[in-house]
Amino acid sequence: MLITCPYCGPRGVIEFTYQGDGNRERPDPASQNFEAWNAYVYDRLNPAGDHNEIWQHSGGCRAHLRVVRNTLTHEISSVAFVRGDHGSAARRKAEDKA
Amino acid sequence: MMAEYSAFSLLANALKGNKDWKPAWRKPDPKASYDVIIIGGGGHGLATAYYLAKEHGITNVAVLEKSWLGSGNVGRNTTAVRSNYLLPANTRFYEHSMKLWEGLSHELNYNVMFSQRGCLNLAHTPAQFDDYARRGNAMRHLGVDAELMTPAEIKRLIPALDISSDARFPVVGGLMQRRAGTARHDAVAWGYARGADRRGVDIIENCEVTGFLRDGDRVTGVTTSRGDIRARKVAVAVAGSTGRVMQLAGIATMPIESHVLQAFVTESLKPFIDTVVTFGMGHFYMSQSDKGGLVYGGDIDGYNSYAQRGNLPIVDEVMSEMLALFPGLARVRMLRSWGGVCDMSMDGSPIITAGPLPGMYLNCGWCYGGFKATPASGWTFAWTIAKDEPHEFNAPFTLDRFHRGLVIDDKGQGANPRLH
Amino acid sequence: MSPRRTDTGGRIDRLKTIRFTFDGVAYTGHAGDTLASALLAKGVTLFGRSFKYHRPRGLLTAGVEEPNALVTVLKGEVREPNIPATMVEIHDGLVAISQNRFPSLAWDVNAVNQLGGKILSAGFYYKTFMGPVIGPLKGTRFWMFCEHFIRRAAGLGSAGSAKDPARYERMNAFCDVLVVGSGPAGLMAAKAAADHGARVILADLEPRFGGSTNWSDETIDGAPAADWARRTVTQLEGRDNVRLLPRTTVWGYYDNNTLAALERVSDHKEQPAKGEPRHRYWAIRAKSVVLATGAFERPLVFPGNDRPGVMLAHAAERYANEFGVLPGERIALFTNNDSAYRAAVALKKAGAAIVAIADVRSELSAEMRKLATEAEAEIFGGHAVVATEGGKALSGIKVQRFEMVTGALTGEERSIHADCLLMSGGWSPTIHLASQAGAKAEWNAARQAFLPPKPTQQWIGAGAFTGSFSTVEAIAEGRAAGLAAAGGTGTPTALPTVEAVAGDPDPAPVCEIRAKGKSFVDFQHDVTSEDVRLAHREGFVSVEHLKRYTTLGMATDQGKSSNVPGLAIMAEALGKPIPEVGTTRFRPPFAPVSIGSLAAERFGDLRPERLTPMHDWHLANGATMYSAGLWYRPMIYGHAGETVEQAYVREARATRESAGIVDVSTLGKIAVQGPDAAVFLDRVYTNMFSTLAFGKARYGLMLREDGLAFDDGTTWRLGEQDFLMTTTTANAGKVMQHLEYFLDVIWPELKVHVTSVTDEWAGAAIGGPKARQILAACVTGTAVDNATLPFMGIVRGEIAGVPVMICRLSFSGEMAFEVYSGAGHGTRVWEALVEAGKPFGLVTYGLEALGTMRIEKGHVTGAEIDGRTTARDLHLDWMLSKKKPFIGSAMMDREGLIASDRLELVGLIALDNRPLNGGAHIVEALDEANPHGSIGHITACCYSPALGKHIALALVEGGKARHGTRAHVSDPLRNRFGPVEIVSNHFYDPEGTRMHG
Repeated sequence: MLITCPYCGPRGVIEFTYQGDGNRERPDPASQNFEAWNAYVYDRLNPAGDHNEIWQHSGGCRAHLRVVRNTLTHEISSVAFVRGDHGSAARRKAEDKA
Repeated sequence: MMAEYSAFSLLANALKGNKDWKPAWRKPDPKASYDVIIIGGGGHGLATAYYLAKEHGITNVAVLEKSWLGSGNVGRNTTAVRSNYLLPANTRFYEHSMKLWEGLSHELNYNVMFSQRGCLNLAHTPAQFDDYARRGNAMRHLGVDAELMTPAEIKRLIPALDISSDARFPVVGGLMQRRAGTARHDAVAWGYARGADRRGVDIIENCEVTGFLRDGDRVTGVTTSRGDIRARKVAVAVAGSTGRVMQLAGIATMPIESHVLQAFVTESLKPFIDTVVTFGMGHFYMSQSDKGGLVYGGDIDGYNSYAQRGNLPIVDEVMSEMLALFPGLARVRMLRSWGGVCDMSMDGSPIITAGPLPGMYLNCGWCYGGFKATPASGWTFAWTIAKDEPHEFNAPFTLDRFHRGLVIDDKGQGANPRLH
Repeated sequence: MSPRRTDTGGRIDRLKTIRFTFDGVAYTGHAGDTLASALLAKGVTLFGRSFKYHRPRGLLTAGVEEPNALVTVLKGEVREPNIPATMVEIHDGLVAISQNRFPSLAWDVNAVNQLGGKILSAGFYYKTFMGPVIGPLKGTRFWMFCEHFIRRAAGLGSAGSAKDPARYERMNAFCDVLVVGSGPAGLMAAKAAADHGARVILADLEPRFGGSTNWSDETIDGAPAADWARRTVTQLEGRDNVRLLPRTTVWGYYDNNTLAALERVSDHKEQPAKGEPRHRYWAIRAKSVVLATGAFERPLVFPGNDRPGVMLAHAAERYANEFGVLPGERIALFTNNDSAYRAAVALKKAGAAIVAIADVRSELSAEMRKLATEAEAEIFGGHAVVATEGGKALSGIKVQRFEMVTGALTGEERSIHADCLLMSGGWSPTIHLASQAGAKAEWNAARQAFLPPKPTQQWIGAGAFTGSFSTVEAIAEGRAAGLAAAGGTGTPTALPTVEAVAGDPDPAPVCEIRAKGKSFVDFQHDVTSEDVRLAHREGFVSVEHLKRYTTLGMATDQGKSSNVPGLAIMAEALGKPIPEVGTTRFRPPFAPVSIGSLAAERFGDLRPERLTPMHDWHLANGATMYSAGLWYRPMIYGHAGETVEQAYVREARATRESAGIVDVSTLGKIAVQGPDAAVFLDRVYTNMFSTLAFGKARYGLMLREDGLAFDDGTTWRLGEQDFLMTTTTANAGKVMQHLEYFLDVIWPELKVHVTSVTDEWAGAAIGGPKARQILAACVTGTAVDNATLPFMGIVRGEIAGVPVMICRLSFSGEMAFEVYSGAGHGTRVWEALVEAGKPFGLVTYGLEALGTMRIEKGHVTGAEIDGRTTARDLHLDWMLSKKKPFIGSAMMDREGLIASDRLELVGLIALDNRPLNGGAHIVEALDEANPHGSIGHITACCYSPALGKHIALALVEGGKARHGTRAHVSDPLRNRFGPVEIVSNHFYDPEGTRMHG
């Protein structure tokens, strides 16, 4: 499996660490809504099909990536930085090269 | 009456040119309704049907399998059977399973080839040895066999193992459960299937559940690729497909992730190792089948998958760990690899419970340890379905334990399924 | 045995003689021979024994799909079992032995199994060996008794335990087009792609490129096809954009067009060149793949089809044309298709007599009749072979009239004297890689074969792989595939002209002749057609049940020749078309792969070693090292004659009496920097860090999201926006990822950067009543008195001219300091400290003494923070701030985490004054015979020099409430039982007066 890191380019899956379901929403830190906390910590969508998930490029730039990957075929349809501002860094890097 | 299967029946049938053997299970069409429907014709579903019929007299039962019987993990695992757990809830449950295993071939009149050749966990540091001692003592305090072994004893047991002190991770000892062993995985599915079938259970292959029939919240049956089937009770035992099936019932999320686990077998060899052995400084386990293939595996690939196939990083890692223990195997060849979909739970322990909807019963979360659980899983699940309450062996394995903080986390990894 | 080498022909070098042994007998062959061809040339017919019945077996094939002729190759003590003789290239000094026979290949006692015949039918194991339900053999014992003998009878070759001295390596490769298979289709594809400028890799599992051109009699561009192939290969060799990989089996097709291949680099050499690996594992990332993997010929299923001397037709053609060996002198053929006629002509040309061609079809084309005439063979149209004769070599066959539609055999049997029978049951395209890539094969009734489906990944098929069995089609498809794979639309490479006999590619739909006697479907596993029908009777009818019940297709050849015949027989029994029985999904590897190649560089070197900057100093000064994760750390610095316990007791005692120094470089160190660093730490730790003054450190505790304890350590505030966090050695990587996750995913608005600096710093902890004096003696640039360096204070100074950072904190419970310096200067600082300590009686101490002093103090480590304990369990609830939320705060008070029966940290004192054991359990009432009623376990234990007692830390139900009560250790594993007193985990100086000084 290859994941195309927006910063580093296509890299083998061995360089990445899986950080699981990207649909989970962490409640506000002060929230006392225990159902929301439980859902965040324990409950997973686990779809058979496209899955919105988070990977860290731990053997590369260490950025966290939001990846949409099909769990039936392992096909990856999109990869983006979880944190938007890496995007501009990547663009800058691309512009520098160009 | 002569047992259906015996040395005598083999001889008698051989004399008749083997023309008179009956199908191991019938191929009935589904009826309009049953007392109990079990979704999933794998080891757990079939065992559940068998014990429902045998222990509770409930025989108006259908097992629905979307593919061929035993096509899931019961036919894809590395066949180890053990009860060497750390936490009491797990040890008690798996020990009950072990006791059922010990009588299973006779119980089913089907040789499932359960062979108590032992399971040895290797320790590579004194701290790890203490961890295994904690586990072994926990087992002993629940009446389960366990013993510690020295490197010299281990070398006598497994001559091909590298126990040299200059190994990267020298062997300092090990935890042995002698009553552990291996079984012929497919035979377990077939034996339970035949046992259930002979007691009247309908085993219906190529019948995919496409939805649930509901009366309000209550589940009253299923829609399938072979028509609607009603039932008073609908039990779900679909392992890696749990998320998908529960979504059909309108339950969007579960404390489960489906992951792919690869397994491997070498070409057939003359006897090489006698026991199941595990490596302590990584994730590797191996045994040898009666046919002579070394059967082995390691960690899950580590990402959600329903694909029943994995990728190269785990292949390479497993082989590397294998050679760290057995450097003589470098020229032996890997013959076949395959993948199974594992229902990884949030604490590494299973869920066997009534609910979460009225009329529904749920059995899942086996991670990659489900094979050895097959008898106890079926036995306790049947109890739960029949009596609408858990047996003490599965009482801790509730669905709400996660939210309540009553997790049973043998590996201490927390809510991170890929680490269990 | 009669020599069967032809005088001319073949791609062997008759001038080069090679000497080798098989089963101890010396043989010679020629360069270019396989073990199979060389032995066949010497008249050897018996190559192996089958798995179950131990039947004598000869060569069935000439290639990778060989099920019968498996040998073990010996290199000194190192064994390589189960290698097809057809894949072993001979070299001087090659030593090969046969397998699965006792005492010899010719006389094998286990052949008695054949008498078991009908009893040993498919699935018989499941029906017996269960034994009695009572008595000494009840339960699993009887089965295990039988199994003992079954296991010894089963198995093929033997593995050794001697370490393979060979080297294995891995290569990552990237290309535009990977072409798998170098027959006419593959060569043409590679050429077309290369001509278009693509980066091409061409791989073939054989040593010679060219595929069928190496043995066919066809001509291309007016010359033998092999000449064209050689020319094309030469052209490709000369190009920068082409890499040629002979002896390379592409065995796995993984996600995103990642393919795995095994190159057998030096197996065919007596000695590998210097530095040359035995095998090279290629991980190839190809933009596009051309699958030109050809097809496997299928056997026919009829009684006696496994006798040595019965062989696939094209295999014989290969032996004759590629190796210059005749598999027999009087050769008969049995076929259901046209392809075998070509073999008849080839063998005739090579010098054999073709005594008969039995063809199940009664109507034969004029072309085939012409070929038969050319081969001077008598044609038996509408006939079938119904029996074979001979022992360890074929002596004759019987044919009978055969009615194709009904399968009926009529008329007289006719005996024909023959020493070799060639069979052809049609061809199965080698679609394994396409199937692995995720696509389901499609049955083609005319071809009687599974053809490759629509691609699910980036591959294009060509040639026999697609069911196009003629060379003309292969070359055209190869060119198209190569060009398309290269993304080309330009002028294609010119097509050569092929002269070949056109045969009908479709076989007659006959795969079995039902006559009396064992007819084998899976040769290695001895699965007969009757076994398939028995599986049908017992309901094992889906293809996967058929395989698992009968073991059909599970042998080392993975059913390359047996799958389709097995399915066909099952389909006939069911009265259904073949696709309804199912298609097997092929899984990696295509052919068995050496485990050494997959481990590659990690064979003998599983994990990197992490060494602290002072590692060599420790070794030079008597340290015994301890492996801790990837790190090595001193366990003790033993003196001559000391036991481990004597050493650590001496080290700990000396530390408490004067001073001791320990290497703490392995602690995880993370620089947490940025305007929001303090806010971030407040959220990450359970306690406050924003209130921490500059130049001060604080002990912190982290929880996981689920509210359980995660890690602990001190964090030093070096500036307003600058913190240095330390973690436990074991959790350094995990904590780093935890922090990064929260910064990147949960709180991207925080302006914080984290950097792992574990390897940048060397750390030495020096503690004891004289520690401050020692520091004072060697530190310059700062005072270290109580006012300048109070408890948890940080100062910067120099030691031996090296800038250092010193923090006054204590794990040992003594007045202690952690001294950090740049990693490169660690040893210099360490040596200076040791030197300065000499007058004060400073000792170096290792992990054992470190552990002892922490147990005396009741501090927790990974043994207590084991992923199942809470802050409360560990009496660290004083660290849970109520002023702010933190990671885990919302979840830490759930009912299960505050229950009164949870395991809590306590101290234990052995009342019998004997050593305790880690992992021992605690019980209220001792029962040595039947241990039960565990209330907890020991996490760490030692002899405490400070207390003069054997003590331990333990996690015990109810914990604190039991202080002052008695219990027992119960350690049945080590037979250690005895009374203990449960006490507070703070054994030593609970008020901390010593460290506060």
